[in-house]
Amino acid sequence: MMNVQPVKNQMIASEERAHEADHPSSQVALFGADQPLRLDCGVDLAPFQIAYQTYGELNADKSNAILVCHALTMDQHIANVHPITAKPGGWLTLVGPGKPIDTSRYFVICSNVIGSCMGSTGPASTNPATGKLWGLDFPVVTIPDMVRAQAMLLDRLGIDTLFCVVGGSMGGMQALQWSVAYPHRVFSALAVACSTRHSAQNIAFHELGRQAVMADPDWRHGRYFEEGTTPHRGLGVARMAAHITYLSDAALHRKFGRRMQDRDLPTFSFDADFQVESYLRYQGSSFVDRFDANSYLYLTRAMDYFDIAADHNGVLAEAFRGTTTRFCVVSFTSDWLFPTSESRAVVHALNAGGARVSFAEIETDRGHDAFLLDVPEFIDIARAFLHSAGTVRGLTPAGR
Amino acid sequence: MSVQETLPFGPSASPMPKVYRADHLLVAQMVEAGSKVLDVGCGEGDLLQLLETKGVDGRGIELSREGVNRCVSRGLAVVQGDADTDLVNYPDDAFDYVILSQTLQATRQPKTVLENLLRIGRRAIVSFPNFGYVNMRWQLLINGQMPRTENLPATWYDTPNIHFCTIKDFVLLCGEIDVKMERAVALDRYGRPLRLNAPWWFWNLFGEQGVFLLSRAEKKGEADHRP
Repeated sequence: MMNVQPVKNQMIASEERAHEADHPSSQVALFGADQPLRLDCGVDLAPFQIAYQTYGELNADKSNAILVCHALTMDQHIANVHPITAKPGGWLTLVGPGKPIDTSRYFVICSNVIGSCMGSTGPASTNPATGKLWGLDFPVVTIPDMVRAQAMLLDRLGIDTLFCVVGGSMGGMQALQWSVAYPHRVFSALAVACSTRHSAQNIAFHELGRQAVMADPDWRHGRYFEEGTTPHRGLGVARMAAHITYLSDAALHRKFGRRMQDRDLPTFSFDADFQVESYLRYQGSSFVDRFDANSYLYLTRAMDYFDIAADHNGVLAEAFRGTTTRFCVVSFTSDWLFPTSESRAVVHALNAGGARVSFAEIETDRGHDAFLLDVPEFIDIARAFLHSAGTVRGLTPAGR
Repeated sequence: MSVQETLPFGPSASPMPKVYRADHLLVAQMVEAGSKVLDVGCGEGDLLQLLETKGVDGRGIELSREGVNRCVSRGLAVVQGDADTDLVNYPDDAFDYVILSQTLQATRQPKTVLENLLRIGRRAIVSFPNFGYVNMRWQLLINGQMPRTENLPATWYDTPNIHFCTIKDFVLLCGEIDVKMERAVALDRYGRPLRLNAPWWFWNLFGEQGVFLLSRAEKKGEADHRP
């Protein structure tokens, strides 16, 4: 028997999350009917809102802004306590005072992507036209749509040029999209564990996750919030499958091996005998508490559609031709979701486009998740890249 | 061709810190300030860093992951890659200079690599250890063993260097693929340029390494390009 139980009271958690969708514990930029977000699917989304966090201070000439783009199931709370999970920030290895993305030196912005569920408009938000939640009536969004919304937020904040746009995984896709869509607004870009297109295998994994959600009878064709249900089993399974892709064979073996969970002998049942099973079930159920199932469908779809080359006659180098952005691309040896070959293809295209690019492959067995973990070699490279770009940009170190 | 008349500099060059390698200083002097340079096989980025002090827009390719990561953490624009397989990804005329420093002998296809250097860059600077160096010859002739030197300490079974050549060999190759030698310098074991007016055989015997500034040969008549 599949057994994904919520780790805390399901109702309280989902109510908290539902509240965050419209009334986030973040700053909010509202865009009215006169400022629609033009989506790739042809819809003009208006009104809409963007929830965002900022850290540090914008300097006088507004030259020290870093936009951090979050990954699929992360959100804008990268360096503060999360309002739902109460966990410390989502990217504290990289962001904070004295960290590579030094909040005492840079003005750091992270906005919840459009289509997500933490305060930027998405399927879990209320559709003002109907007074009901959007659900599947929400238009399908793309990575370029997310970036377009971020650009509108920066306009609102009066920031013309970003010193750097940083992201890992889906965030890295946004960073690359930023450099292509707004080359003159991006001084430097740090794209980690990502690609300019989603591979067939990754689309396949996403489809698996979506089918798991949609196969859950509690999903109710996407209207679960009106029927008092939550597709926690389907979303839990989706998260379990995805979580495996974020790790590696070696990391799982090191962490769990074949060790048993609170028992010495197999139970000859389908209980979580193995630690790895117990761990995955926990990952699945805790995810359900903080993430909206429909948002998961939309965001995975956005990644699937992503293909920068396709928008440039199939030639990726064309997308970067003549760019003046300084790029740093980082991959991890054990990342099989975005393997080094993907990053290398990006680097070849950047070189062919004449871009200034650094590319490092970091040796680690921690899989795709390595970009969020304390991997010293990666942290050092991120620090050095930002430091040297900052020197060229004329940014003085903090405290001067 | 006459090498002597094209030799660029005297013994006392610009006052660089002593930490820089002599052959790097020599290469740096061949590069015009403010130009765009690709250093193929850039190691830990010493030459690139030296070039950046001259206002050069420098990029690097390095095979070893450790080397690349060291370069990137020094703030240099370096990518992990292989001279044999990755140069094809660079467009024509992308750089003013492409540098191949002590790397030619480690490539699988030195001739193809050389051709790619001069396709990507308007000029190429190539330095390599001279296998015709007297010390090398001596070790092979008298000791009957594969030579090892201070700069090439690896044994035959673990050396990455698979295509050794002499200065003479390299000059012949340059003739074969229609490149123009703009400058040529032989360095002694301390990295100092050898006597300028010495004949080729002298360089081939007493140069521990050769440093060549190359450019594309003048275009020949159409007939030469027909298959």
